Amino acid sequence: MAKCSFTIPPKLALVLIVAFTLILLLPAIGIEFGNPQADVTDQYYIDNSQVETGSNNVVTSIVFDYRGFDTLGEATVLFIAVLGVTMLFRRKL
Amino acid sequence: MIAIPLIAVAILIGIAFAIILLKKNMIKMVMGVGILEGAVNLFLVTLGYRENGVAPIFTSAPEGAEMVLPTVQAMTLTSIVIGVATTALMLVFVMLIYKKYGTVNSDKMRRLKE
Amino acid sequence: MVTGLIGRTAGKLLVPFIFIFGFYVVVHGHLTPGGGFQGGAVIATGIALILVCFYYQECVNKYMSLTTFKVIEAAGLVLFICTALSGIVLASGLMFNWANANGSLFGHAVEYGVNAGDMLTAGIIPVLNFAVGIEVFGALSVVLLCMFAGLKETTAEEDNK
Repeated sequence: MAKCSFTIPPKLALVLIVAFTLILLLPAIGIEFGNPQADVTDQYYIDNSQVETGSNNVVTSIVFDYRGFDTLGEATVLFIAVLGVTMLFRRKL
Repeated sequence: MIAIPLIAVAILIGIAFAIILLKKNMIKMVMGVGILEGAVNLFLVTLGYRENGVAPIFTSAPEGAEMVLPTVQAMTLTSIVIGVATTALMLVFVMLIYKKYGTVNSDKMRRLKE
Repeated sequence: MVTGLIGRTAGKLLVPFIFIFGFYVVVHGHLTPGGGFQGGAVIATGIALILVCFYYQECVNKYMSLTTFKVIEAAGLVLFICTALSGIVLASGLMFNWANANGSLFGHAVEYGVNAGDMLTAGIIPVLNFAVGIEVFGALSVVLLCMFAGLKETTAEEDNK
């Protein structure tokens, strides 16, 4: 195996991570907490979900009705991950 | 008004990246990924918070109260489940690596492979 | 067995209540906080408690095998996909909520605004909740069984000494 010719020393990596964290602090100044601006879709869901889906729980109506295709993919991802787990363990059990 | 949860999100993401990049122990790297997931979930839920809002559920809710945004909560639910699945898969990989190489240190494991 | 006598007794007491609470969270997914994913995870914690409190080999050989949970998981996914596809057959599109407010089972009309909650509302959403609940329950139980297989535990003879 060829020796890696270029490595970043850990101290430099730490400095880079701290700089990255400082950049991530920008949303804390820019975003107004407790007063979201882009709420048109969410307000539509809150106003109409009871009529359109009959569910009292708006989060459930989004997960299983408005964005049900997303949940289908999520269930498939869970199934495939567990399939991978059983395949990796197949010799023991 | 400075958002304290968003500051917490930045610090958590910094800690998570430091753990993932600098630690050699693979179990700790998986823990770093877990912290990263927690930070992202906190960020999503923070984006949807309305002041004095209640949970977006109509069953026995207080009359006339504002509700927090529900879409980000649905996305957080998706994120949590996929996080559980990927964490289980990563831990199984670490277990198999330990069984084959006898170590969870990523540097030593690379040296053993030559 | 991993735990001692105290853990075993507490486990015997708590497991039925954990299952009932998980089932409650699943079937009330469209009325209260919770839903299929959370309820399935709660039921899977009951399985984890059983595996901790009793002998692993005895559990796996007699009461719960890996194949059972694989079948449960696959059945959940198949029920989910069939319910989603029923929207194409009976209505206009994938995952269309065709059973909402048409008078059938789960088809009661919901009153608008804050209300006390009616179990038989929301059309196909309770069915999807149940499907996802048993899928998550099966999936997490499979992961638990696989990972508990490598655990060191005392045998029955050692415990009876």
